[in-house]
Amino acid sequence: MTESFRAAAGMGPTVRGTVLAAHDGFSARYDLDRVNGVFSRPAHQLAGQSYVGRVLVLDTAKGGVATAWMLHEMQARGVMPAALVLNSVNPILVQGAALADFTLVVGFGGDITSLLRTGDAVEVDPNASDGPVVRVLTRAA
Amino acid sequence: MKLTDEERAMLAGEHGRARRIALEHQLKVGRFLGAADMVPVGQAHVMADTESLGEAGIAWLEALAALPAAERRVRVPTITDPRGTDFAHASDLKQQDWMLALERRAIAAFQALGVLMTDTCINYQTIMPPVRGEHVAYGDTGVVIYSNSVLGARSNFEGGPSALAAGLTGRTPRYGFHLDAPRRASLHIRVDWTPRRLDEWGALGALVGRTAGNYWAVPVLSGIDRVPGSDELKHFGAAAASFGSLALFHMAGITPEAQRLADVFDPAGPVTARFGEADVRALQASYGDGGQAIDLVVFSAPQLSLVEMDQLASLCDGRRFKVPVLAITSPQVKPDADRAGLTARIEGAGAIVLSGMCFYNSYAREMAEANGWRRLATNSAKLVNIIGGYGYLPRLASMEACVDAAERGLLA
Repeated sequence: MTESFRAAAGMGPTVRGTVLAAHDGFSARYDLDRVNGVFSRPAHQLAGQSYVGRVLVLDTAKGGVATAWMLHEMQARGVMPAALVLNSVNPILVQGAALADFTLVVGFGGDITSLLRTGDAVEVDPNASDGPVVRVLTRAA
Repeated sequence: MKLTDEERAMLAGEHGRARRIALEHQLKVGRFLGAADMVPVGQAHVMADTESLGEAGIAWLEALAALPAAERRVRVPTITDPRGTDFAHASDLKQQDWMLALERRAIAAFQALGVLMTDTCINYQTIMPPVRGEHVAYGDTGVVIYSNSVLGARSNFEGGPSALAAGLTGRTPRYGFHLDAPRRASLHIRVDWTPRRLDEWGALGALVGRTAGNYWAVPVLSGIDRVPGSDELKHFGAAAASFGSLALFHMAGITPEAQRLADVFDPAGPVTARFGEADVRALQASYGDGGQAIDLVVFSAPQLSLVEMDQLASLCDGRRFKVPVLAITSPQVKPDADRAGLTARIEGAGAIVLSGMCFYNSYAREMAEANGWRRLATNSAKLVNIIGGYGYLPRLASMEACVDAAERGLLA
């Protein structure tokens, strides 16, 4: 039986990818080198790691309003995570995902940053008939 | 979501394509965040520097701007956050022509949409402060937290696309801080030492932001022993919003919705954290990995008020700076600063007074590479929180210490 985690809210297309997880926040302006596709804020737990094509599993949205435009801009250049999976969200990330038609799922029964681990292969399905869900395809070794 | 007849007509395209696109966007956001309906707004404030927009965002704006005039113009007063340059000083910053070309395209598109290019993040000090209970759709986290907390207005963080959508439709989804219940405090923070300087207010805001931790948290502070001024609350709020993504705070006995602690929080409830002078000093000292040498001093984030410009001018008198100093204010304050002789006194020491931009949204990474800037001193806690992600090593110090550092090239 496929292991899965139900989310309270979601939007965007269904995607598959490999998890990059940390109990830390997400802000496109504060945390990312958007040219090179890596986390760049030195204090971030994922500093130096590439986010391109990854399913980012993080705690919450941080920082300012720029992410509302930046997801759209990142999407256009293709230097972009596959999806964002968060415990909680602020309106900016929702607005940015709405503009970019980007996959965002939020709100789980437990701390999703500990339920999923870096390297897990997952499918993020915001549009499942019984509610948004993250399905684990294979666990990291 | 429950829609009015007018909103249903907008959604059907009867008010033109721009308003239909705007409302569709708002409904996606509103449904995700549990809004029951839309609420009319009195103003909108759009954050849209071109570093954030990129080519894709500008093309999106230009598509709206190309629609017929009657369809594309905003319906409520809609103003703008700082842009990514001051055209008069772009060469001093070594900004490149492609950056300026993007800015010009964005400005042309916004003007076609009827947006007023105010280019400021201190509109609550300079343009038209919202009144208590007024629903607005503001971008810039510092603007939102000040307007919600100090003025009692009602806004969520509205990123550029959503703020512009609110300008076009004249409304926004009613969730979060448009409602009564989310405005009650969710945690109580006791302050044992009231800051004196702007950087200290910013540091306290950083501590509060980190502690509260997310957008939906609302701290109430007790123990502040005097009524802070507008610039002090500006730095406190901007830092709390930046470090914690907070949109609302209360100060018992000071801010309008918390004349008593009991107005927003159960007085018998727990105290989540206590902060004193040692905590503020520790926060300041946590930004100091780059040694004493300084490449650049920046006063920005938020833009300087006329009062801050006056304070800076007094500190600049009789100095000659060794390292670049950027003092960034709004297009509304700049003419007054010119007229009062403040600009001449600040620039007389070798600083550059910039208008209508902010440092961190002006291609900070490219400016660092072009100018050899890395070790940055500022009195803005918000700026030190942001600018590390752009490759800088920031230091947080008082305005006085930053000016001293500019003269000596060293910050003790």
